[in-house]
Amino acid sequence: MSGADPAGLTVAAGPASGRGGRLALLFGGLAVLLAGGAVASLALGAVEVSPGAVLRIFLHHLGLGEGTGFTGQENAVVWSIRLPRLLLAGLVGSGLGVAGAALQGVFRNPLADPQLVGVAGGAALGSTAAIAAAGGLLGDLAGPLGGFLGGLAAGAVVYSLARFRGRTEVVTMVLAGIAVGALGIAGAALLGFAVDRPELHSVVFWSLGTVSVATWRLVAVTSLFVVAAALLLPFFSRALDLLLLGDREAQHLGVAVERVRLAVLGLAVLASAAAVSAVGVIAFVGLLAPHAVRLAAGPAHRVVLPGSALSGAVLVLWADLAARSLHPPVEVPVGLIVAVVGGPVFLWLLRRTRIQHGGWG
Amino acid sequence: MSAPLLVGEGIGLQVEGAVLLDGVSLEVRAGEVLGVVGPNGAGKTSLLRVLAGETAPTSGRVLLDGRPLARYRPRELARRRALLPQQTLLQFAFRVLDVVLMGRYPHRESSAERDLEAAQGAMAAADVAHLAPRLYPTLSGGEQTRVSFARVLAQETPLVMLDEPTTSLDLRHQELVMGLLRSLADDGAAVVAVLHDLNLAARYADRVALMSRGRLAALAPTREVLRADLLSEVYQHPVVVVPHPQRDCPLVLPGTSA
Repeated sequence: MSGADPAGLTVAAGPASGRGGRLALLFGGLAVLLAGGAVASLALGAVEVSPGAVLRIFLHHLGLGEGTGFTGQENAVVWSIRLPRLLLAGLVGSGLGVAGAALQGVFRNPLADPQLVGVAGGAALGSTAAIAAAGGLLGDLAGPLGGFLGGLAAGAVVYSLARFRGRTEVVTMVLAGIAVGALGIAGAALLGFAVDRPELHSVVFWSLGTVSVATWRLVAVTSLFVVAAALLLPFFSRALDLLLLGDREAQHLGVAVERVRLAVLGLAVLASAAAVSAVGVIAFVGLLAPHAVRLAAGPAHRVVLPGSALSGAVLVLWADLAARSLHPPVEVPVGLIVAVVGGPVFLWLLRRTRIQHGGWG
Repeated sequence: MSAPLLVGEGIGLQVEGAVLLDGVSLEVRAGEVLGVVGPNGAGKTSLLRVLAGETAPTSGRVLLDGRPLARYRPRELARRRALLPQQTLLQFAFRVLDVVLMGRYPHRESSAERDLEAAQGAMAAADVAHLAPRLYPTLSGGEQTRVSFARVLAQETPLVMLDEPTTSLDLRHQELVMGLLRSLADDGAAVVAVLHDLNLAARYADRVALMSRGRLAALAPTREVLRADLLSEVYQHPVVVVPHPQRDCPLVLPGTSA
């Protein structure tokens, strides 16, 4: 147990008194990272805007400043391009993070993640199909709504395949999730070729994701779904903790298991489908964010759900900043950055988890 | 005699055509330990699941305090009966104290201080207080069983049901758990325990339900059920019953085949 961070062990396993400080540190640190990422995202890019000018632009839009000290171009770049992009990145990260945490809890499985259980692929297909079929009728809501239905259908197929005699078979679930997810992504891409409409996305979009599509309208629609899920999921924190003991145990302890499972699944699909239909599939966020929080602060959902929302937002925000800064004016797909950073970090997390409590078996 | 706490009336259970339980009727009263014994596949665990309200019977019904189990809300039921399953697989790194505190979930009105007090009392009783800050997945099988037992105690229910609570325990902790069950019953709780070890039933149970192929082969005071002829027939193996050399209870031993 003489790892690089012995303090992490003692506190994670330590008495209750040490936990408050650690929580404050975790959430404080994430908040600082989020704020720093936000400022950097607004200031940096092809047009550099000084933080002072960013502040004055904000004050101006809040009706407070006198509207001087920045150019019209700076105003347009910050307010119409960078701010919605920043918000969308944060929302998508939050949605994927909190959905991953909820799915892992409800499936009692550290592997579950919007992409791995097929929900993301289903959402991609559902979103594409809805835009193609009903985009004129539903407008901006077609993508997220279709995504929600597609994600829900994919989740239901995977889950019903994996359920057998009251148990969830982990390996079946992952295999079915991979198949359904691949089917969904391929279906979305094929539909894109077949229908050939400009508002349908390409296969690169669906498999790697990009936040460059951000508009205020997209931010508004996505926030509707993600915020609802992120605010409602914590009501199930204790029930989710008990579900980790097993369905039977949770039932004996007074949890209405099926009701909780359906509600949590629905909310997780809502958040991940909104994220996927907005920016495509960004892998890893749903795994990395909850696992990092669990390792730092234990597995209680009261902490893991909000912590995953926050750390997911930080991850995608910074990844998007890198995606558009690495190689300007070309944008690297944000999913690539997340994978490049997230892969090694996740491997390290796995190792730490093994040291802490013997791994996942 | 007080009214029975738990009543099973003609319980039958069929799953995919197989008859797991057939016409089982029994009553459990406050203050008694009822041991449920029988060979593998006799329906002991199925009976416990039906009595706990986990599985709905295909025929018959179960009443708790005179009210059908199906009419209880989940939390309300969890304040009346607790169940210790054979094994709890928990991969997530909760501390032992957190796991025991999960037993307080049904007590929504209870204060945090009261919850902690109940959890600490339960941990002391189950001899796991020293494990409180440990992470559950790092414990041995026997330690995990005792932690789950503490969780059941923390639930503070008048009816406690256990599925082979002593299986992975060493001798001392077997006696500890059974002794605790005995004193729970002496304090007015009703205890129903599926027991693999007939001698634990002999020592601690007031009455024994002997299951055989989904039916009750016998349900009577312990000495009347733990008889060589009855056990030999149900277990399909010669059984010898002798007086315990030190305790005032029978001692059950496998005999030699003829």
